[in-house]
Amino acid sequence: EASDFCLYWKWRHLYVPRNYDPTLHPFEVPREYTRALNATKLERVFAKPFVASLDGHRDGISCITKHAKSLSTIISGACDGEVKVWNLPRQECLRTVQAHEGFVRGICSRFCGTSFFTVGDDKTIKQWNWEAPGYGVREEPINTILGKAVFTGIDHHQREGTFVTCGQTVDIWDEQRSSPIRSFSWGVDSFSCVRYNPVETELLASCASDRSVVLYDTRESAPLRKVIMQLRSNTLCWNPMEAYYFTCANEDYNLYTYDIRHLDVPVTVHMDHVSAVLDVDYSPTGREFVSASFDKTIRIFPKDKGHSREVYHTKRMQHVICVRWSADNKYVLSGSDEMNIRLWKANASEKLGLLSAREKAATHYNKKLIEKFQHHPQVRRIARHRHLPGDILKQKRELREMREAQRRKEQNVRKHSKPGSVPLLTEKEKHVVAVVE
Amino acid sequence: MQNENLVQISFFNQLMLVHPRKKQNERSEASVQVSEYFVNAEGTGDKVNLSDLLGTVEKTSGASNKTKKQLRNLQSSKETLELPLNKQQTEKIQRGIAYEKTTAEVSCWKNIILQNQKAEQMVFPLNQESSGPKRVEQVVAGWKVQTPLEQEIFRLLHGSRQPVNDPVLTPVEEQSLKAMSLEEAKIRRAELQKARALQSYYEAKAKREKKIKSKKYHKVQNKAKRKDFLKQFDEMVKTNPEGALEELKKMELSRMEERMSLKHQNSGKWAKSKAIMAKYDDSARKAMQEQLQMNKDLTQKMVVPSDDEHESIEEGLETVPDFVNDPETVIDPVNPWMRGQLTHEEPEVSCVTAEEVQTAEEENEEEEIIGEFERKRKLRQADEEDLIPTEEERKKTQEEDEDEEEDVSEFNTLFRLMRSEKTREGSNQTRGGLNTAGEEDEEGLLSEGQIRVRSIEDLEVLDEVVEPRAIEEPSAPQTAAAEATSEPPHKKKREINLKEVLTKEAKAVRLPFLPTVVDEEERDEQISIIKEAFAGDDVISDFIKDKSRQEAAGRPAVVDLTLPGWGEWGGVGLKPPRWKRKRFRIKTAPPPPRQDQKLPDVIISEKRTASVASHQVSQLPFPFQNTAQFESSIRTPIGSTWNTQTVVKNMTKPKVVTKLGAIIEPMVKEDFIKSKTTAAGGKGAAIMLGENRRAKEGTKRTKILALTELPTA
Repeated sequence: EASDFCLYWKWRHLYVPRNYDPTLHPFEVPREYTRALNATKLERVFAKPFVASLDGHRDGISCITKHAKSLSTIISGACDGEVKVWNLPRQECLRTVQAHEGFVRGICSRFCGTSFFTVGDDKTIKQWNWEAPGYGVREEPINTILGKAVFTGIDHHQREGTFVTCGQTVDIWDEQRSSPIRSFSWGVDSFSCVRYNPVETELLASCASDRSVVLYDTRESAPLRKVIMQLRSNTLCWNPMEAYYFTCANEDYNLYTYDIRHLDVPVTVHMDHVSAVLDVDYSPTGREFVSASFDKTIRIFPKDKGHSREVYHTKRMQHVICVRWSADNKYVLSGSDEMNIRLWKANASEKLGLLSAREKAATHYNKKLIEKFQHHPQVRRIARHRHLPGDILKQKRELREMREAQRRKEQNVRKHSKPGSVPLLTEKEKHVVAVVE
Repeated sequence: MQNENLVQISFFNQLMLVHPRKKQNERSEASVQVSEYFVNAEGTGDKVNLSDLLGTVEKTSGASNKTKKQLRNLQSSKETLELPLNKQQTEKIQRGIAYEKTTAEVSCWKNIILQNQKAEQMVFPLNQESSGPKRVEQVVAGWKVQTPLEQEIFRLLHGSRQPVNDPVLTPVEEQSLKAMSLEEAKIRRAELQKARALQSYYEAKAKREKKIKSKKYHKVQNKAKRKDFLKQFDEMVKTNPEGALEELKKMELSRMEERMSLKHQNSGKWAKSKAIMAKYDDSARKAMQEQLQMNKDLTQKMVVPSDDEHESIEEGLETVPDFVNDPETVIDPVNPWMRGQLTHEEPEVSCVTAEEVQTAEEENEEEEIIGEFERKRKLRQADEEDLIPTEEERKKTQEEDEDEEEDVSEFNTLFRLMRSEKTREGSNQTRGGLNTAGEEDEEGLLSEGQIRVRSIEDLEVLDEVVEPRAIEEPSAPQTAAAEATSEPPHKKKREINLKEVLTKEAKAVRLPFLPTVVDEEERDEQISIIKEAFAGDDVISDFIKDKSRQEAAGRPAVVDLTLPGWGEWGGVGLKPPRWKRKRFRIKTAPPPPRQDQKLPDVIISEKRTASVASHQVSQLPFPFQNTAQFESSIRTPIGSTWNTQTVVKNMTKPKVVTKLGAIIEPMVKEDFIKSKTTAAGGKGAAIMLGENRRAKEGTKRTKILALTELPTA
């Protein structure tokens, strides 16, 4: 590259010619192995993911959303109807609004970053200005829409002035109108979450209380298809880089990634949580996602792996209700029952801020080394070690025993019944009850 | 009359209903009853029947025959219409159609998603445009016609081939300018004519010569040709070494072909007939000898002076079976016969070519040096690896020296057979390893525990906590590090079952000694072959010897540290005093009992050291197909100690790069998927830059030249 060349010429007075003759540098594998082992150890030692805690809410956090255009701003809604706007670098609350009576069920930001919408238990949809009102002016919404039933979730279109809410039905609204332009229902009485596909912007998916995930197309008059699982899904999130994949957080402690073209079997089952998974959000690169669980931990999963690569927890963090991945792929935000919003690093041992070229090169080299020697037992053992609180560990052990017992029982049943009458089901096939057309 | 008119109108209305989209003028006439189709029936209770209407249709000339026919058919049929589907079913169908449509639409992302997954590096945010002012060329090159007006203008401009930028000459004018002058064309034509005539002469001559049936003539001709060629070749060596080398290669190829074929081997039909005659006929004998001589000549190796010494050495060693020098590690599961040097050479060749490509690309010198180093390193490593097997093989060679008179080639073939079986087993093993590796992959979960890690010391402690388990696990034999990696893991964990081992051993050993009770001829034959091969071997005693030798090697040796003191005699054969022997001859503690102590038929190697074993990979990891692959991936260093800066940078570049403080937006469909229905003008950039235009015109011009040549030639 030209830039490398320039760099080289700029620093050529520092350039020391090297002899790369391998006879002069023997033992390359053992030396690199030692380096890899050291790199793994350092990575674990420097793994300090917790950055900050934002406190100020007077009830559990029920939802968080990011500003569409600003990395430093987030909004959070609490169970007492309060909405707070936060500045992340300064770690302080900029503005507090008593938005609803009862829970704030959902918040979403308009794509242009000028206003945001909230829905609450008081059956209203409110649109608020991102700008705080001047001194002495009362905090009032731009628009208020009074609905017929409680809204449980809201999401905004990626580029147009429409948004979608869910409650008893899935409604699509035009910002200019006070009644929905379309509503979808399919024999279900309530929905818990609805999300627009960020890539194929006319696609929608929602989680319903009849244990199903329903797909919609806003251009069609009827819903597309639904898949019914063994337990209810709480929330779902679309992959922002891969249009046809979404992941849903289920009550049965697992997350499921689906390809909407083949709904009958999930692409991947992500298991590691030991309690119901309450929220999920994809990283903006679409390579990983973060999940929040009732078991007081958040976990980060690679999108195509069955197990998590990272688990975050603190002593004071209670049931985590909502989680978001920041738009620059660097941080993760979690809101939990005990009224705090926590800011975590997405890569636990990453050094924040600007790095010098040498530092950068060293980190890249270390990462590559760990990757190269990842199959070596010592490296693998150290890289995988994570601390978990005792009760979660206990639950995990219990769960493993339960699964083992179930498996054993199934085996026995199969052994004592007519061959072929008890089919062998893979983990992926087990959880889908039916796909309804 | 009026009645008829009305009926006609109402019929017209009904016809209109067939096409409901057309806007309908609603008729509002006063009547008591209004039908739902806006047809006014005259009077109460009167119904308009189809027959009423049809009468008039027959008469009207405007209605087409087709509709008339249809109506007639309708009149005659007595069937009722089917009920429409119920709501649920129609909805289901609608949903199905909508779903198909969306999946088809979404599937267009497939290629992009796959591409991104395979990409070596992804830089986020995607589609980032460099901020700051752009150059005019960039703006112009990226500009596309969008509005219909622009499209029309550009169509006109491009269609007429009028120069867009500076009106100098149209392409047609340029063509006419570029055409040849008359004289030139004439000269060229004459040249071509001459060439063609010459060609035809030569062709005719060749045909004539080919027709001559005399064998002697052809023989003489061929001989002359060969002589000529040899002369030319000698000259060529001096003048054009590259060409000579090529010729040499050709000769080598013909030699190889000769060696492969049965030509000139005295094995054909002709040769057989001659062989019968040879007793009586001198000429027949001579002919056969000639043929053999021909074979000899053709298969003779070309002597190249530079390689002379090398070959002479090789020839000197020819008595030793050639497998001795083969490297053990190279095992080609597909073709066990192509082991050793051939398979060994291939990768090197590929290396060289790859390097050549690289050098052609960029950074030639540096890369070359690196490549050389790489080669050196490989050589060195190969040497190191060879060290261990050669010791074993040296013993074999010694044994063979004793009965050198025996034919070596037979043994070679037998040995290869055995090795091929081994490799087959090996491949089976690796397959087993793969399976388990797949299970292992599922175990990619974090090892979560209550131990907190705050410093490197904690990590060391973590080591100790877990290590005992690591020691407990291995119990199976491990002869060499390379074998260790290829062995399936379940074998190691399983306790050694005496019976199982015995059965395997029995199969291998007893077969040659079994009395051949079975009448099957094939089996007899095989057994006899094996017997012949191992005629002098006493396998069992060998085994026992081997075991006792290993046991002896494992026993602690007495370390003698006695030295002659002041005023004592030194030298060989002296017996130091008792107290000295007692004090300075140190017996080391005996090692733990051997694992195969109570197993008479088994040797379990004790070479595996636990301290190193905990750092070694015990089974083949998932993405790798064989141990060689995995080892090579580990062997290539990536650090800057061994590689140049640019190489290190390339090798260590991260998979995902994000920009600090930049918002990564989701993909936008318009940026990635070009809609298929774009206008013709919208496909490429509307304005081409000067260079591009020139290049395109260049291609056109060559075409034109080719065209102008045709008529003259």
